Amino acid sequence: MNPAGFREQARRAWAIAKKDIRIYYVKGPVLIFGIFMPVFLFLAFLMGSRQLPLAFLVSGLVGMALFFTATAVSPAIFPWEGQAKTLERLASCPITIEAIVFGDMIASTLFGIGITLITVIIGLALGLTLLHGIMVLAAILLAAFCFSAIGMLLAVPPTNTPSNIMMLSSLIKFPLVFISGIFIPLEQMPPWGLALAAFSPLTYFTDLVRYAFTDGNYFPVIVDISALIIFTAVFTAVTMYLHKKTMPRRL
Amino acid sequence: MHGEEATGNYWVYDRRLRPGVQTLIPDTITVTGLTKTFGATIAVDHISFAVKEGEIFGFLGPNGAGKTTTTRMLTGVIPADTGTAVILGHDIRREPVLAKQGFGVVPETSNAYTDLSGWQNLMLMGELYGLPKGLAIERASDLLTTLGLFGRKDQKVLAYSKGMKQRLILAMALLHNPGLLFLDEPTSGLDVQSTQMILDLLRELNRGGTTIFLTTHNMEEANRLCHRVGIIRSGKMVALDAPEKLKAAIDRYHRIEVSFDREIPGDALTRLPGVVRADRTGDKWQITGEDRDSLIRSLVAFSQQQGAVIVTLNTLAPSLDDAFLRLTQGASP
Repeated sequence: MNPAGFREQARRAWAIAKKDIRIYYVKGPVLIFGIFMPVFLFLAFLMGSRQLPLAFLVSGLVGMALFFTATAVSPAIFPWEGQAKTLERLASCPITIEAIVFGDMIASTLFGIGITLITVIIGLALGLTLLHGIMVLAAILLAAFCFSAIGMLLAVPPTNTPSNIMMLSSLIKFPLVFISGIFIPLEQMPPWGLALAAFSPLTYFTDLVRYAFTDGNYFPVIVDISALIIFTAVFTAVTMYLHKKTMPRRL
Repeated sequence: MHGEEATGNYWVYDRRLRPGVQTLIPDTITVTGLTKTFGATIAVDHISFAVKEGEIFGFLGPNGAGKTTTTRMLTGVIPADTGTAVILGHDIRREPVLAKQGFGVVPETSNAYTDLSGWQNLMLMGELYGLPKGLAIERASDLLTTLGLFGRKDQKVLAYSKGMKQRLILAMALLHNPGLLFLDEPTSGLDVQSTQMILDLLRELNRGGTTIFLTTHNMEEANRLCHRVGIIRSGKMVALDAPEKLKAAIDRYHRIEVSFDREIPGDALTRLPGVVRADRTGDKWQITGEDRDSLIRSLVAFSQQQGAVIVTLNTLAPSLDDAFLRLTQGASP
């Protein structure tokens, strides 16, 4: 066994993920928030936009559910653990900062996938047909990882006050939802809106979900998948690099 | 996930299974020119020292002297600005994982996960140190039994007392049977029972070959436990020696307290060879001289000449407290 090797560090990252799930995710309020938040946003929009087809709205619901759940808890884990000094415990253990971040991302990914699958089931229960089941599962997996990386990226500022991070997180997350073709179809967006949407990974995920439910999409599937892969790789690399830089200032 | 390679055998779980390992390591900790600044404040200023294998090394200093900063650099929690720290043969900055695999850390404040049970905390440590599950369960059971926590193992740490938390932290640090243990004020604020339990375990571990780096304010603890102590003041190492040598080195003069069964003239005492001064304190005399051995011999000869019986005779060596206060005089609180 080489403790510094990739395989061993991946095992230790999984230990971090299990710890996160136990401590931060399997909690009543977190689970309830994870489901209610996107459902209420969806219902609010459903009331005000009756002319939009259900498939479009459900796709948006799936997009929001994954985005909000995968980024709900992860930004606050480092500040919480910094405050409780448990981060110092992890820092003195034989695990790299990259593996800790990766473990947090795994937990966040699994939580996001779990809640999002419920919203897919809601869509099916409302009478929609899933035309591309494998595609939607692959898209959820890929996007969950991408959004988890965004969640960890939001945790980069080295503060141990969770409320500071949650405020920053909301400031970034909500505008992102509005420019990602969830409430306004990409086809109806002005050119500047489309330009903005292109910079949001949520745009490509929602487009893929829409394709899975309706067989219709704005970008070609290959573009959606490629964009999600690129966003995931870039966000993961950047969040790991930045956490490595800022971690000593947090401890 | 990074470029470290396991070039040494320092991360084996049970050092007793690899008897050859110990001979490879002359010093367990080698610190050279370690420096850390926070803004304009120099917290640790080019300190250098070494801790030998099998040693209990006490790291002492007043508040704000740089003890905790040094310990955090040695354990890889924060990086040093300059200088190197080689722990168990691995540079803590270049090979942090391999270095950390070989040691355990007991911080001053408990940092177990309070939302997990004691057992879950230990299993987490087992996974983070790459222990096979069976070995982790066996070690965790043994340690919890030794530390009197087995009956409470499934309770959340939130419900533990301070002493229980500290014992759990010790168990977490020892789970992978490390060759080196860092402890920061391990008995601070604990009851007598927990303190005694921890100190006994530290002695036992040291007898088994574990090197111990102990940061403490408790001079008596350091005096009784440590083979050598280092004293840091304003970020600089001001003394490094065995406690007895440090005590002896701080004072050129030695004091002896003696009492006789009858009245003795003070001026006769001051005229004795080797005596610098003689002070009466109650029914005793405090004799000061440069050499303890010749003082005792003079007093014995003097009592025989005077036909007096020595009732008590005590050597008053400076305590480690004295040494500490002398060496840290002028340090900011």
